[in-house]
Amino acid sequence: MQKNKFTGKRANQAIFFSLFRLMSYLVVGILFCIIGFIVIRGIGVINWEFLTSAPKDGMTKGGIFPAIIGTFYLVIGSMLVAFPIGVMSGIYMNEYATNKHIVRVIRVMTNNLGGIPSIVFGLFGMSLFVNKLHFGDSLLAGSFTLGLLALPLIIRVTEEALKAIPDTYRQGSLALGATKLTTIRRVILPAAFPNVMTGLILSIGRVSGETAPILFTAAAYFLPHLPTSVFDQVMALPYHLYVIATSGTDLEATRPMAYGTAIVLIAIVLIMNLLANLLRRRFSK
Amino acid sequence: MFNKKRNRFGETLIEWTLRLSGGTTTLVIVLISIFLFTEGWGLFKSSTVEKGYVLCVNRSNKIQNLTPKQVKEIFDGNITSWKQVGGDDIPIEPLRMDDIASQYTEEEIGANFEHLPQKLSEAIAAKPGALAFFPEQFININFQGRVLPAETITLKEYFGGKEWFPTATPAAQFGVLPLILGTLWVSIAAILIALPFGMAVAIYLAEIASNRVRKILKPLIELLAGIPSVVYGFFGLIVIVPLIRSIFHLPVGETALAGAIVLAIMALPTIITVAEDAMRTTPLAMKESSLALGATHWQTIYRVVIPYASSGIMAAIVLGIGRAIGETMAVLMVTGNAAVIPHSLTEPVRTIPATIAAELGESAMGSVQYQALFMLGAILFVLTLGISIWAEIIRKEPKVQ
Repeated sequence: MQKNKFTGKRANQAIFFSLFRLMSYLVVGILFCIIGFIVIRGIGVINWEFLTSAPKDGMTKGGIFPAIIGTFYLVIGSMLVAFPIGVMSGIYMNEYATNKHIVRVIRVMTNNLGGIPSIVFGLFGMSLFVNKLHFGDSLLAGSFTLGLLALPLIIRVTEEALKAIPDTYRQGSLALGATKLTTIRRVILPAAFPNVMTGLILSIGRVSGETAPILFTAAAYFLPHLPTSVFDQVMALPYHLYVIATSGTDLEATRPMAYGTAIVLIAIVLIMNLLANLLRRRFSK
Repeated sequence: MFNKKRNRFGETLIEWTLRLSGGTTTLVIVLISIFLFTEGWGLFKSSTVEKGYVLCVNRSNKIQNLTPKQVKEIFDGNITSWKQVGGDDIPIEPLRMDDIASQYTEEEIGANFEHLPQKLSEAIAAKPGALAFFPEQFININFQGRVLPAETITLKEYFGGKEWFPTATPAAQFGVLPLILGTLWVSIAAILIALPFGMAVAIYLAEIASNRVRKILKPLIELLAGIPSVVYGFFGLIVIVPLIRSIFHLPVGETALAGAIVLAIMALPTIITVAEDAMRTTPLAMKESSLALGATHWQTIYRVVIPYASSGIMAAIVLGIGRAIGETMAVLMVTGNAAVIPHSLTEPVRTIPATIAAELGESAMGSVQYQALFMLGAILFVLTLGISIWAEIIRKEPKVQ
């Protein structure tokens, strides 16, 4: 006596499962909707001139070159701060720390730091780097602030990368007479390298889109010159988008510029995610 | 031999460097709390009246002090008698500098305002109900009025105050209640919108989707988390805001609802990832015994997997709220930023992060407004830190057997 597949509890299941599938596709659909909408509206303004020239006529013409350069500098600066500290912190937690409680405390603190809103980093950066250490509104202050923001992500990825390395690697190296440091440098780090790089790439994507931390530490509305020292203010892509999307005398005239800036930001995130996934896939084999 | 010793020294050095790096995150959290609180705490030692100004009354007036709220109400014309603030039954006559200056000719005041203190003094003495708001420099020894003692802002006024109006004169208002309520209002609405979708996607990814589909969907969800918040804000501004305006026939589309929708999209990846991870930890044996008893896959999911993962799902909700509470740029761009206590979703609201982002640039370093904004940052810090720790505790709770 076989019941029909579409009655009773099986029908129930079929309904719910298709509902869940539909909602999942809907969520992914939102992503495509956002990206698609902005790209279709803004692809027209993307050309060589837009990417390589400065804004003109009150942000209604010209390009976003200084903002691209500014974001590029901020990314480099913040990674110089976050990457060494993050990787060393990960190494310490996984390879050196013998006290389980200390590792737990560090892990909880790292998670908590990751949960702190970016605007709080902005406030902290302003009061410590800009005011207390007298960096002023500068590339340097912005880099430190963004670096601290990126730290938890890099630590987490490094720790996971090191955890994935089998203990036999370590034992083999130590058995050959290598010291702990040599083992880490010659065996552990090369093996963990691709995964650590994934973390670096993902945090570059994250840092390049952050606005709130640089609002009061680095970003300028408009600068006639490119920054020449670390104590200069910089223009940055996310701040540029915020400014031209919300303020200005002629919002209609700056709209195309805003779409173009949004496309560049999305492109950076897309490329970074793609790179990270490729790297992950290539080395997980 | 010597070489080996030096190497060991090098190893110790490096080990200490690593140890220090390990302590960085802890140090940063401690530093953040110290800096936010020391910058913000000055607020409660600051005078409620604008710097360089004083409030004066007639000598016959028995009133001892006025709260910032009362001062504002008086100058706004909402309080009209001294009786309402505990004095005699005389009407209040608010006096600003402009009122006095316009009554006299330039000659009478003098080219360098040298006669102004005299005139101010006379004006106060002539009116028993006067409440004057003058620059401190014009009060001289012969002043015939009485200067009210400067009151400091109290914790109660800050946390219980219903008005946030930092640029108001004579007394700026720093009541954070509308901002805290606005933040919670938008965040909770966002989670209510995101939750059904988040759960559906988490169940689909953890239990239903084939490996192939999952491998495509997961990176896309990660990408959703990677899109910068300012891009979400821009999208909200050009798509969601006009949509809301035309659907609800509102004068402006920048509302709590617009913020909630944008935040819902932004909180989805957090909810999905944490909930899915929790569901994946369900032991296979539990699921198999349920199936062996004749339960369908769906029955197994809602009777076994979801109860087993319930603490993880709660953590997902809490973390989602945390994410929404701290979000700055997108909310700033779409919620309209009116500092009023929210009553509906179709009104503008203002959140704590948006207030900081919008006002810190205009406030002078060390000013009362600057301190009030750092105090807001401290509130936000404590709120989100508490949420992180809460989520951590929930996750560790013993599983349902």
